[in-house]
Amino acid sequence: MTGDAGTYVYAVARSAVECPDGVGSVRTVAGAGLVAYVSTVPLAEFGEEPLRRSLEDLDWLSVTARAHHRVVETVAAATPTAPVRLVTVYADDQQVRDLLERRRDDFLDVLSHVTGRREWGVKVYAGHSSEPSATARGGGDARKPEGGDAHKPGNGDARKPGTAYLERRRAGLRGREQVRRQLLARADHMHAALSALSVASCRHRAQDPHLSGRTEMMVLNGAYLVDEGRDEEFAAAAGGLGGDGVEVRLTGPWAPYSFTVMEAR
Amino acid sequence: MTRDVVADDRIPPERVALVDLLDRLLAGGVVLTGDLVLSIADVDLVRVSLRAIITSIEAA
Repeated sequence: MTGDAGTYVYAVARSAVECPDGVGSVRTVAGAGLVAYVSTVPLAEFGEEPLRRSLEDLDWLSVTARAHHRVVETVAAATPTAPVRLVTVYADDQQVRDLLERRRDDFLDVLSHVTGRREWGVKVYAGHSSEPSATARGGGDARKPEGGDAHKPGNGDARKPGTAYLERRRAGLRGREQVRRQLLARADHMHAALSALSVASCRHRAQDPHLSGRTEMMVLNGAYLVDEGRDEEFAAAAGGLGGDGVEVRLTGPWAPYSFTVMEAR
Repeated sequence: MTRDVVADDRIPPERVALVDLLDRLLAGGVVLTGDLVLSIADVDLVRVSLRAIITSIEAA
């Protein structure tokens, strides 16, 4: 390969399976008893400078992430898979073969760790505590007015506006902070309960409401590596954690993206 | 509880599923260093990018 193309790596597994296109047509590079799933990509798009710009572009990121995911999903559905971080580009196939040789033991460790297990995501949202939890799905547009609902004008026209309002507002802020702490503590308990049913677990950062389209507070964004035989048990446990103003969303099964950490070297 | 199947097209905005995907694709997966042309293992770069994305959505 010349200097204007690179080798994009999606995933590493022990065996080769048929794959749909990713960011390009997908082929495999074999070495050390392992198989890397790769595409040849133009460095005009996947070089460092173009990528710095592209990563700012939500459409590009979305298309690329889905393409990457499509390949990883396909491989993971067929064989234990170590997904590779989005946008990992080598100069050529030989470098990928070298990588498989050099990191063989690490890859084998990761692959045996994820064999027979799947990743589940559990997201927990807390609605506004004094309101019934929103039942409308999707969109996530901010229809709900922020606070203050409980004090509709009508019977209060005669009250002193200034002081009463400030008092109420202060009490409201104190109360909200207390509620927030309670919710975070509850999320810690939920995470512990789900972790007990998992082989491994981790917490991702709470999603930005602008990206998730949800106005509620996300108190838990967990990932759990679960033995395949315990999927139902895990799902039931996750479901049992909801209610009381808290909404639980289970996603998955995912390829084990969150559980393929290898020591950097 | 609502149970989402990954890639379930009932999830309305494309973005909602994308954000779950990005949690994993930008924070998970095997991170390789060494002879790379490029890896966005550099989390700072990613955070900068997401900030830009969020800003662009807000502006829209």
